[in-house]
Amino acid sequence: MKDKIAEKLLLFIAFSAIFSLLLITFFIFQQGIPLIFKIGLGNFFSTHWAPTRGHFGILSMIIGSLMVTTGALVVGIPFGLACAIFLAEFSSPVVQKTLKPIIELLAGIPSVVYGFIGIVILVPFIREHFGGPGFSVLAASIILGVMILPTIVSISYDALMAVPNTYREGSYAVGATKWQTVRMLLMPAARSGIVAGIILGMGRAIGETMAVIMIAGNALKIPHSILDSVRTLTSTLALELGYATGDHRAALFACGSFLFLIIILLNIIAIKITGRK
Amino acid sequence: MIKVAIKNLSLFYDTIQALKNISLNVEKNEILGVVGPANSGKSSFLRALNRLYEIDYARISGTIVLDDTDIFTIPINDLRRRVGLIFATPVVLPGSIHKNMSYGPKLHRKLKESELDEIIFNALSAANLWEEVKDRLKDSAATLSGGQQQRLCIARTLAMGPEVIMMDEPCSGLDPISTAKIEATMLELKEKYTFILVTNNTKQAARVANRTAFFLSGELIEIDKTEKIFTNPADSRTDGYIRGKFG
Repeated sequence: MKDKIAEKLLLFIAFSAIFSLLLITFFIFQQGIPLIFKIGLGNFFSTHWAPTRGHFGILSMIIGSLMVTTGALVVGIPFGLACAIFLAEFSSPVVQKTLKPIIELLAGIPSVVYGFIGIVILVPFIREHFGGPGFSVLAASIILGVMILPTIVSISYDALMAVPNTYREGSYAVGATKWQTVRMLLMPAARSGIVAGIILGMGRAIGETMAVIMIAGNALKIPHSILDSVRTLTSTLALELGYATGDHRAALFACGSFLFLIIILLNIIAIKITGRK
Repeated sequence: MIKVAIKNLSLFYDTIQALKNISLNVEKNEILGVVGPANSGKSSFLRALNRLYEIDYARISGTIVLDDTDIFTIPINDLRRRVGLIFATPVVLPGSIHKNMSYGPKLHRKLKESELDEIIFNALSAANLWEEVKDRLKDSAATLSGGQQQRLCIARTLAMGPEVIMMDEPCSGLDPISTAKIEATMLELKEKYTFILVTNNTKQAARVANRTAFFLSGELIEIDKTEKIFTNPADSRTDGYIRGKFG
């Protein structure tokens, strides 16, 4: 009897979680989509964003998000992969057991702390040594690159560890060095997991808001170099939603819908890639 | 002529001693059978000879000399090229038969396509596999049967140009016909190579080995001509194992 009650209760809780997700999805789209139809796709994907005067073009923000995300991947992929390969193949079990939790701890640091470190150390450094305002694509890319490390490292590490040990033995037994084994055998064998890790990291980078607001400068224009300020889609939502009303508010929800679609798409790709073995 | 000389070889996994003071010589162009019950150190013995134990974080003491050279002074990839190891379960690498065959040779030197093709042809022929796979070199190696996969592994080892070929229960998962093919391959090849055959199947040692060593709990109990081991062993424990009283 108690068992039955517990089962029903858990089922109810599980469904309410799914239900709230559906509710959020519905709410975002219901608030945002009508505006896109009202102003037309051309206006929505233009570069002119003056929401109080009826211009709702989000293109410069899309470009901002893309640049920052690409930059984060350029920083995050080499370091993340190198780290995963070192942990999985070149370190003893003791080192693995110590280092992996430490790297996963990076994921637990609040993003405002990353932003703070960016403002205090990285932004002045870039301003002094490379010029520009310092609040820039470059600063945001480096900070985001570090923020997505745990995702890339732990998923790539798991993918490498999932390659059967017999492959390694077979490769060493024909005289391959560790590096040859990694490059010619393990990386291809673990490719799907590694790509999934990168895509999930990319999703994190696109969605990150706080750290980016603090260090990307938030200038509303298409950036011409990595030292220029940019504003991302997420920054716009966070910065403007507090005072937006009417069509402006709806435009922000439309932005949110667009972000939502991108994230969903990335996650679906990641799931498809890992599922396809 | 002595091919591999092993002296006072001990091997430890952490605190467990898997090999205890093994001393024996492997003659050139012989098939040396190694028999013994589970956990007698047979596999560890093979993994010591090509230093594969190092990836298990095991420790070793004693000396192993290959053609008058201490194996610890030979570069590791060169050693593993010269001393090949074939596993109990065939380890085919992901990818085509051709890729499996070219993986080893490509590691060691740059090869022209024609040279590579010749190496692959020779190795597959020597392993009695060429006729069966010549039209499907681009197929995934995983599509081969178990016996074919094991012969592919033998061919892959041959493609490296080895001197010593070690086999760790190479027929344990195979049917009698595949087993017979592999045994025939070994007998053909022993003119050119030196074999060390670890086997759980004492009858297999009796069929192909020139000499047989009996291992028990990490110790070498006895090594002698195969006929002697199987008909009149010096140690009563060898006799007990051969007659199937334990193991």
